[in-house]
Amino acid sequence: MNKNLPLYEIFIRSKNGLHHKHVGSLHASDPQMAIMNARDVYTRRQEGISIWVIESKDITASNPEDSDAFYAPAEDKVYRHPTFYDLPDEVKHM
Amino acid sequence: MELSLEQKFQEKIDRDERIEPRDWMPDSYRKTLVRQISQHAHSELVGMLPEGNWISRAPSLRRKLGLMAKVQDEAGHGLYLYSAAETLGVERDTMFDQLHSGKAKYSSIFNYPTLTWADIGAIGWLVDGAAIMNQVPLCRCSYGPYARAMVRVCKEESFHQRQGFEIMLTLCQGTPEQKAMAQDALNRWWWPSLMMFGPNDAESPNTKQSMAWNIKRFSNDELRQRFVDMTVPQAELLGIKIPDPDLKLNEETGNYHFGAINWDEFWQVVKGHGPCNKDRLAARVKAHEEGAWVREAAMAYAEKQENRLNKAKTA
Repeated sequence: MNKNLPLYEIFIRSKNGLHHKHVGSLHASDPQMAIMNARDVYTRRQEGISIWVIESKDITASNPEDSDAFYAPAEDKVYRHPTFYDLPDEVKHM
Repeated sequence: MELSLEQKFQEKIDRDERIEPRDWMPDSYRKTLVRQISQHAHSELVGMLPEGNWISRAPSLRRKLGLMAKVQDEAGHGLYLYSAAETLGVERDTMFDQLHSGKAKYSSIFNYPTLTWADIGAIGWLVDGAAIMNQVPLCRCSYGPYARAMVRVCKEESFHQRQGFEIMLTLCQGTPEQKAMAQDALNRWWWPSLMMFGPNDAESPNTKQSMAWNIKRFSNDELRQRFVDMTVPQAELLGIKIPDPDLKLNEETGNYHFGAINWDEFWQVVKGHGPCNKDRLAARVKAHEEGAWVREAAMAYAEKQENRLNKAKTA
């Protein structure tokens, strides 16, 4: 057999209260094996308390070549930020 | 005037931005990275072999645990790096084939034998020390996945180097025979460690382009000099002598001047004529081939489970 085992993307939650974060990928025959391998590859020093795995081919990603147009609508909406609104100094913190 | 893709790419690099897998990049940038990252990954895998040789003969349980953890780390580092290389579109099996067929290179330092326990100390101290010197600047490499892999690797390497130095220190504080063993290991590993930084800048045609791409941040000679400057005082602390009669502190620059490196030896080893090239490759191929049934069985099991699941769904 000369066939790559499927590729999985690995996400680790380092502690409760934090998001799972992408840490890399690895090959495994199925999701259970991917979790076991991820434990050995990515949490040898207590880096995580929870692991998510997903086959790389199942991820849909935005296209970086469209980035300019895709994210442009947010560029001219300064009124979405708190500093857009003028308040007198007396209000102090708001 | 409209900028070409290549110009836009270089501008991004010049702003010190990172390149991510799906971003446009010149073919030559991609090729350079695939070669460098896969060679780096191969070096981690082959690097396990000289040390694995001593796991069963470590002098104490403490040393054995440390060495096993280190060798396991090297496997992990190889995996981080292969996964970074794969984001560039090269398959894992292709990289393995290149390693096993001898087409791909790995760090030539691993083609030297580990003759005594002191070699494990010298490797951790010098070889991992040199690797750290090379790898720390790679944490700021322009290619995102490579840089992120290097951050993880560097965090873990520091334990390797400290472990090696502790082994050397223990030997140097031991019996005269033990200290002589440490000296002998330093004698054999010193020059190959200096060669790890690669040819002199004048003989390294790819350096300029790699630096323009922010893959490399410092030249081979700069890093080599830093390594010498860092290591000489450590050898003094151990009370052993670096095997270089020309080694001398330059009071003006604060750098150590060191003697000429035997580049003929370096190229001999690179070309496959080092003391252990054949053994290393044979051990890699054997491990890969003898593990084939495990990979096949795992895939067969996964397929069976999936079929069962599908049957249950349609039933």
